[in-house]
Amino acid sequence: MKLSTPSRIALRTIALLYLTVLLAVPIVTILWRTFEPGLATFWASIRTPAAISAFNLSLLIVAITVPINVVFGVVTALALVRGRFPGRRLLSGIVDLPFAVSPIVVGVSLIMLWGVHGWFGGLANLGIQVIFGLPGMVIATIFVTLPFVVREVEPVLHEIGTEQEQAAATLGASRWQTFARITLPAIRWGLTYGIVLTVARALGEFGAVIMVSAGFPGVSQTLTLLVHSRYMDDHNVHGAYSAATLLMFLAIVTLLLMTVLDRKRPAAQSAALPATIAPAPTPDPAEDTPRSAA
Amino acid sequence: MTLDTTTAKGAANRAAPVAASGDGAKRRPPPLLRSASAGRVSGLTLGVVVLWLSLIVLLPLAALTVTSFSDGWSGFWAAVTAPVALAALWTTILVSAVVAVLNVVVGTLIAWVLVRDEFWGKRFVDALIDLPFALPTIVASIVLLSLYGPNSPIGVELNATRWGLIVALAFVTLPFVVRSVQPVLIEVDRDVEQAAASLGASNWTIFRRVVLPTLAPAIISGGGLAFARAIGEYGSVVLIGGNIPRETQVASQYIQQQIEIDRPVNAAAVSVALLAISFATLLILRFFASRGQEREEKAT
Amino acid sequence: MTHSRRTVLTALSATVALAMTGCAGGGASDVTGATASAAAGGDTVLNLYAYAVPKVGFDAIIPAFNATAQGTGIEFQPSYGASGDQSRKVASGAEADIVNFSVTPDVTRLVDAGLVEANWADGEHQGIPFGSVVTIVTRQGNPKGIKDWDDLLKPGIEVVTPNPFSSGSAKWNLLAPYAAKSDGGKNPQAGLDYISTLVGDHVKVQPKSGREATETFLQGTGDVLLSYENEALFIESEGDPVSHVTPPTTFKIENPVAVLKGSNNLPAAEAFRDYLYTPAAQKLWAEAGFRPVDEAVAKEFAAKFPAPSKLWTIDDLGGWPAVDKDLFTKDTGTIAVIYDKATS
Repeated sequence: MKLSTPSRIALRTIALLYLTVLLAVPIVTILWRTFEPGLATFWASIRTPAAISAFNLSLLIVAITVPINVVFGVVTALALVRGRFPGRRLLSGIVDLPFAVSPIVVGVSLIMLWGVHGWFGGLANLGIQVIFGLPGMVIATIFVTLPFVVREVEPVLHEIGTEQEQAAATLGASRWQTFARITLPAIRWGLTYGIVLTVARALGEFGAVIMVSAGFPGVSQTLTLLVHSRYMDDHNVHGAYSAATLLMFLAIVTLLLMTVLDRKRPAAQSAALPATIAPAPTPDPAEDTPRSAA
Repeated sequence: MTLDTTTAKGAANRAAPVAASGDGAKRRPPPLLRSASAGRVSGLTLGVVVLWLSLIVLLPLAALTVTSFSDGWSGFWAAVTAPVALAALWTTILVSAVVAVLNVVVGTLIAWVLVRDEFWGKRFVDALIDLPFALPTIVASIVLLSLYGPNSPIGVELNATRWGLIVALAFVTLPFVVRSVQPVLIEVDRDVEQAAASLGASNWTIFRRVVLPTLAPAIISGGGLAFARAIGEYGSVVLIGGNIPRETQVASQYIQQQIEIDRPVNAAAVSVALLAISFATLLILRFFASRGQEREEKAT
Repeated sequence: MTHSRRTVLTALSATVALAMTGCAGGGASDVTGATASAAAGGDTVLNLYAYAVPKVGFDAIIPAFNATAQGTGIEFQPSYGASGDQSRKVASGAEADIVNFSVTPDVTRLVDAGLVEANWADGEHQGIPFGSVVTIVTRQGNPKGIKDWDDLLKPGIEVVTPNPFSSGSAKWNLLAPYAAKSDGGKNPQAGLDYISTLVGDHVKVQPKSGREATETFLQGTGDVLLSYENEALFIESEGDPVSHVTPPTTFKIENPVAVLKGSNNLPAAEAFRDYLYTPAAQKLWAEAGFRPVDEAVAKEFAAKFPAPSKLWTIDDLGGWPAVDKDLFTKDTGTIAVIYDKATS
């Protein structure tokens, strides 16, 4: 199918026009509105105590979420790839669940479970404040980022098979040696990619977090909540633009890392769409046996 | 480095599986090693995984579902069919469907341009497509509001209209169709197209009869994912949507409102309805995907 | 190959580390607010839960309080939001030392939950340090010529007022025409008829708080915004294109402040509450657009706050317990039922 030059250019124009109107112009507008009053004004508005503690809180949540997701994500991926147990498919489906759940529904569910009138409401009597506290925000973030590490590590584990690990075991390597020397190096790029996606989502999560936050500026406000509260509660439009621009820079850094890492991943996995965004049905390990044996 | 050495070792130890299992019987390695080396997962590992997923994912959703039925089936039904709740669900589905269709058409077109066309700055445009995935939704909302909101510099004020919702959702769902069609389009065998062209088929016919059938599964899956994402979206519509009941209020906003006015049962019920809709969408997608796979397997 | 991978990984971790330390470092040296002093461990931090609009007042009051002898070293963590929502958050365990709600029933909820002493309103001003009146905000220059309650019912007029189930502002906004039309509650049906038409035909949005209602209106929705007089003064001073008109017959808004009895910093919280009634603080409230309760200060600002020809009060309608029970209780209160019917 060979298009004539005019129609090729016409298609190109439509595509570029659409992207311009939808992506480019709005982003240029917000940048312009952020920096129009001058760089110093922008700098001042992201260096207010509330903004700094919002930044720190966002980083704190990331710093708690990432290690937890790495540990449990890798263990879950190992179980899903290596395990042959009844209900494996069901378990795999549960890992995908957070993608199908609206952030607001995540927040409501957590309130129903951890809130004072929820199933675990008794914790509040013991002085453990989950909802309207940091634990709630962390749990909400873990919920929405749970699939990333699992889904990025899984295909790599699948790819590498178990031969080398078995060889190492035969040669007398301890379990940690095997894991640290064989498994971890093999999955590192998938894992790193999963971590980058986790960080991006954790920094950017809004709906689930707003439902469980107490909303104290400087204490329980993340950067995304700061954008919203500056716009809504403070009537501070420029402040909201500035905080949004800061978040946008973080997002662009993430995007660059994603692009760099995408080239590092094994070719089979490096489809344009990350595995996490278009979840493929998990292949059965039984089907995999011939391949690793071959 | 690691890859090279390990492949060499792997090649040298082809018989390893047998050896390992024989060995394992003798000195029972600790759980994680067995999970790593023997192709099995220990009960402990599995227990940890199940417990973890239950605590984070299943229990909250179970609590939600139980709460939604705390006034019985009739209470659930009344909450979901309250006129404003129904209107919010309907707005959500309608707008998401429009956005999915928009994505199917424009997304395919963009994928086509990015694969088959060459122009200056193409790599940059290609990278730009991922931006909506990386951008926090609230930033997307405020970005669009700065252009299409009050005091719009171009005089287009879409806030508090359904058009505003469509723009916001189109923004956040842009990558789905593009990114699922792109790789398929790269792989497409162009010989068939050339053969059809040499037989005198018009471009439109070639597209309809040759290209589209190949792309269809990717387009459907991309559109479906965009739809599923739009159904639950909150952050990107919160500032630009206007939250007008019966007009621009989407289901997630309605749910939040019900929490704020202290009607948790209503909130839970509509949440469950919303969950059901996204599950149904994803199930249908999976059905399509597996049917496509079967057909492919039959063909080969 | 290996080399480049290592480089990328190193660069990546270095960037992350740098970002983390950079921010944390900046935070420690820059924070002047609650976090720094909490970390230092010496000073007192008061959690203030307030309704949506008094931020502009507290922004002036808190520094002034800090400049007094009792206020030195007391830090504040203020949280603003829909009055009812804030009150429910505190009732369900959010840690507060002092609360400022739009309407008294939101404090009563905390009394019922055992969090606030039953005698919180026994002081000279019944626990109300400041107030306002219900006012009508229009587009700049009042193009639709809206001056009184009847004008809101003209065909095609769209009114923005928040949701009374979450917002205190909304309750005041509905009470004002209710009192005006029912002659202070003597003819409830007339009042309810008005509310029914207003909510049924003219109110299309349900923002959660007075603040969100303002934002909704400023974004272009509606012809009229019902709001606090102080909020109207605030957005006018911000240069937003609006005008406001206080109807000849309107309603006195009284915004309560209470201290939580379980507060870890009870003396500081009480000192702050008492400070709110001092002439200095009353002046600051007045300057921020709130009507002061101190008579001397009120006299001084008489020009800024014109007295309406008839100002109904909650006591005229029988007091909050009766009003809340008869008009606003979910599923049984008459206004609640009208609002629910029109909006669900």
